[in-house]
Amino acid sequence: MNRPDNEVSTVALWRSRLHRAIQGYDAVLSLPHRREIARELQDEEDLFMLLCFCDMMGIPNPVSDMTLELYPHMLDRFHEWHTRQGMPRSPLAGFRCC
Amino acid sequence: MNAIWIALFGTVCFVMGYRFYSKFIAERIYRLDADFQTPAHAYRDGVDYVPTNKWILWGHHFTSVAGAAPIVGPAIAIYWGWLPAILWVVLGTVFAAGVHDFGAVVLSNRHKGHSIGTLANRLIGQRAKLLFLFIILILVLMVNAVFAWVIAKLFITFPASVLSVFIQIPLAVWIGYRVYRHSGSMLLPSVVALAVMYGAVLVASEVPLLQFDLVSWFGGADAPVVGGFNGTSMAFLVWIVVLMVYVYIASTLPVWKLLQPRDYINSHQLVVGLALLYLGLLFGAPEMTAPSINGEAEISWYPLLFITIACGAISGFHGLVASGTTSKQLDKETDARMIGYGGALGEGMLAMIAIIAVGTLFASGADFTATYSSFSAAGSNGLGSFVRGAGQLAGNLGIPEQVGSTLIAVIVVSFAATTLDTAVRLMRYIIAELGNEYGMPVIARKHVATSIAVITSGALVILPEGPNGFGSGGYLLWPLFGTSNQLLAGITLMLVSVWLKRQGRPVIFTLAPMLFLLVMTLWAMGQQVIFTWSGFGDADRNWLLFIFGSLIMVFTLWILLEASRSFRQDDTGTRQPSLSSDESP
Repeated sequence: MNRPDNEVSTVALWRSRLHRAIQGYDAVLSLPHRREIARELQDEEDLFMLLCFCDMMGIPNPVSDMTLELYPHMLDRFHEWHTRQGMPRSPLAGFRCC
Repeated sequence: MNAIWIALFGTVCFVMGYRFYSKFIAERIYRLDADFQTPAHAYRDGVDYVPTNKWILWGHHFTSVAGAAPIVGPAIAIYWGWLPAILWVVLGTVFAAGVHDFGAVVLSNRHKGHSIGTLANRLIGQRAKLLFLFIILILVLMVNAVFAWVIAKLFITFPASVLSVFIQIPLAVWIGYRVYRHSGSMLLPSVVALAVMYGAVLVASEVPLLQFDLVSWFGGADAPVVGGFNGTSMAFLVWIVVLMVYVYIASTLPVWKLLQPRDYINSHQLVVGLALLYLGLLFGAPEMTAPSINGEAEISWYPLLFITIACGAISGFHGLVASGTTSKQLDKETDARMIGYGGALGEGMLAMIAIIAVGTLFASGADFTATYSSFSAAGSNGLGSFVRGAGQLAGNLGIPEQVGSTLIAVIVVSFAATTLDTAVRLMRYIIAELGNEYGMPVIARKHVATSIAVITSGALVILPEGPNGFGSGGYLLWPLFGTSNQLLAGITLMLVSVWLKRQGRPVIFTLAPMLFLLVMTLWAMGQQVIFTWSGFGDADRNWLLFIFGSLIMVFTLWILLEASRSFRQDDTGTRQPSLSSDESP
């Protein structure tokens, strides 16, 4: 009875090792790609934040009708954005996230 | 001699180098500290600064530095026989490249992850910025010209490879979009892409209609075509123009759209290529038929060998990668040994198998001498010899030699195309920076800078005239590429030496390879510029090579003077504060 169990566990062990090896290989090759995608997404996010908040910085906003109602949902993301831009505190008087 | 013994000798030297020499350097010279807070932890931002597992980072570093260059250089340098080439690859990797790559990671890690360019600026001041920009500019210009020639040459010699290489482009774009829009892993789609590419190799090898054989389309190698161009030179011209148009588009796209996914597929190809060659060597156990020392060489290996093999023995480009991205992802400082030194060993293994592939290709020593009849013939035939030799090694695994050679040609072209894309992109940034620096904002624009980069690179590769007319002499630029690469390595070793001296540690282990490199570079360039390219004596004058060679000589002297000044300042106590101490975040 023990033998089949051992065989199963050996197969499972090798399967998990193979899975780990494939994951490691993928991680090696994905490293630069992940970085670039993250950078690209961050740039898109920055543009989106500018569209949402450019009114408050004195830049006319052509899409303010659509972005105004997003404000309540933007607190966390706005905080991340201004810290990423090198401003530890919120730069906008009308939008206090911190 | 059986080639397995040579591979074994090289591997044992690499293992010993890692086990003992790199350990000594890590503990006694660089004094790695596992508790040092690396920039990846201090400035973690999820984009550039990310602590990464050392095995993953080693893999990434190795796949970033390995490409076509450690194949082309050794394939030419075997002209002097396989022994000098193997010795330079093995000893250069263990005592110079390993210390250089490792040092670049450590130096950058100790200075907030700054790149070598920034560190040079801080060490020497504004002059260094200019020097550094011009050296990189010359290097990328040479890279563009040489690799465009490499691709055109392989397309002409192995026309069955064209289809597969061009199929890779839409496949890479598809993968890029798929991952960008839907996230998920690239592994499965890239393996599918690889299967499609290699399927195209098989089909194109059998169906002549799918081979883009421009030379026969133009009526044969020597057939007059138009304006004094024969079939071969016309084929070179067409391929170079096609490549320049392609690289213009590729280098202006965001990197995630084409460059990165193609790099991902190429990483598979690196693994496939290395596995094919080393397993083919193991199963075939071929004899080295090339001479160990070529007694019939018309010019001495000393000092030209050291600029013919740059990547594979030591390469300044590695310092850019090590300090540009790798150092920002170091989890622990002690990982730098495996990643920096280990990455150099990986490249040494690639150069070693390139020498073995060429060395085992020929049926006899006479065949070798016929192909490598002169240094110029070695430059022209070296790459083709490598591809055929590699196809022969793959043949030991049951792969038909023709298919094996085409497969290897596809791998080399893929590496070269990615390098070309990256180098044109880099050249665009440098031109833009110089434009901003000298008050010419118009040339800083993306399309203006890219046009300048593409046109100058295209002109540079077409101008040198080889045995088959214009465009076929791109290999003449190879020594200039090797030299500018060595110069960059010299700068990195100088910076590491200055840092070590200011820490009060021995500098001999970094200063000796730096002096060796720069003296050899100066000597080799002096020899080429004065006796070969200037028209002095019997040789014909070559203005293009003469001007670039002279410029590189001036830069080399400049670096030596700057290094000497930096060390003198230290000795007299007038040193600058920069690089004087570690910058723990």
